[in-house]
Amino acid sequence: MSGGQAKEPTLGEELKALEDIVRRLESDGIDLDEALRLFEEGVARLRRARERLGEAEQSVKAVLESADGTLRMQDVDL
Amino acid sequence: MTLSLPFGPEPGADGPEEVWSVAELNKAAKSMVDAGFVPMWVRGEVTGFRAYQSGHWYFDLKDETAKVRCTMWKSAAQRCPERPVDGAEVFVLGKPSIWEEKGEFSFGVQKLLLTNRVGQQQQELERVKAALARDGLFDAARKRTLPAFPATIAVVTSPDGAALRDIVRVARQRWPAVRLLLVPTRVQGAEAGPELVRALQLVNELDCDCCIVGRGGGSKEDLAVFNDELVCRALAKVRVPTIAAVGHETDVSLADFVADVRAATPSMAAQLALPDRAEVSGTAASLAERLSGGLSRHTRVVGERLARTGDRLESAMFEVLTAHRHALERLGAQLDALSPLRVLERGYAIPVATDGALLRGRAAFTPGRRFDLRLADGVVRARVEEGS
Repeated sequence: MSGGQAKEPTLGEELKALEDIVRRLESDGIDLDEALRLFEEGVARLRRARERLGEAEQSVKAVLESADGTLRMQDVDL
Repeated sequence: MTLSLPFGPEPGADGPEEVWSVAELNKAAKSMVDAGFVPMWVRGEVTGFRAYQSGHWYFDLKDETAKVRCTMWKSAAQRCPERPVDGAEVFVLGKPSIWEEKGEFSFGVQKLLLTNRVGQQQQELERVKAALARDGLFDAARKRTLPAFPATIAVVTSPDGAALRDIVRVARQRWPAVRLLLVPTRVQGAEAGPELVRALQLVNELDCDCCIVGRGGGSKEDLAVFNDELVCRALAKVRVPTIAAVGHETDVSLADFVADVRAATPSMAAQLALPDRAEVSGTAASLAERLSGGLSRHTRVVGERLARTGDRLESAMFEVLTAHRHALERLGAQLDALSPLRVLERGYAIPVATDGALLRGRAAFTPGRRFDLRLADGVVRARVEEGS
């Protein structure tokens, strides 16, 4: 199926990483350079997360099995 | 014989002057029986069944060694889909009581099930339940948690049923980006079992994050396939977390307990499977706020430090400048004191040649030489009268 492609982080992973970044940013003991680096990474992750959130293309496909056992997808109209 | 009963007069020891009436006896017995039982299922064979014009049913229930009179009032009898015939084996739900007027012990039936249909199903259900329990399929330890953000959900249900429509509708509201893969199968009737098993096996060949299996509401018989042993075992073998959603809230199937999560309805299954976009947007917004807050916290610290350093620099500069100014003022005063003009003010004069050179010593004053005599308030032209 669609395996094999390089996996982008999922929204969940993105938010989790963002949460970690924010926690570190909210802690003491990091210098300004590190804070700026974290902030930049956080902004990038936030942007990607928001893109994901904005995605709205729902698809419903039916999985059909042929007589020879192969699977094919077919759009479902609802 | 003495009996200690919590009712009626104390039994007299000496004779019939303290005697119970029959009504008292029956009343006391009825109270005891009424208080002593909760509704219970009794299994037995129907004999002497009579249905009266009034709608009430009367029959005896017996087994190998005993018999009890049963009454089933019209309201209960009406709910029973089928009249039992003599010899039928039934389950009855109810409570025993005593009919005071006749002193008759009888069982008041609220519900009656024929065992030849329901009984067999019930027995099969118990058998499957025991087998699945023995193999650990209901164990809490094997329950997996659902993924927080599933990209793809396999939906094992009928393509024509309400369940699919409900799931799609809820998904559209909550998380429009999700990809739904319908694995179509019949969900009732003789073919449903094997089809469901195959569909659940197919789920393992799909790239999906979790699986919803279920159907909309129906009769007990309609939902029976979700108690099928092979269906339950196939469900347990699905490699992604599973949600069972069979019928309505009150319907319970074995598949519900085999799945990782039980949802009351298919709509509820979609709600459990999918995050709410509005909620997640809120989370992202609060993270964004904390992100900028976190950064400005650091820049503020640095800024404050910078400001403090600046202040110190400024005050250091100020001190240096002040010191220099004071030194300058002192030097100025000294210079001022040493200035030749000051000397002239005290009455001295300076002889200067016409070319401006200072005339020092007698030798410079040759007779007849013109020179200027510089005084505090001006210059006087002078000439040497005679040499020394």
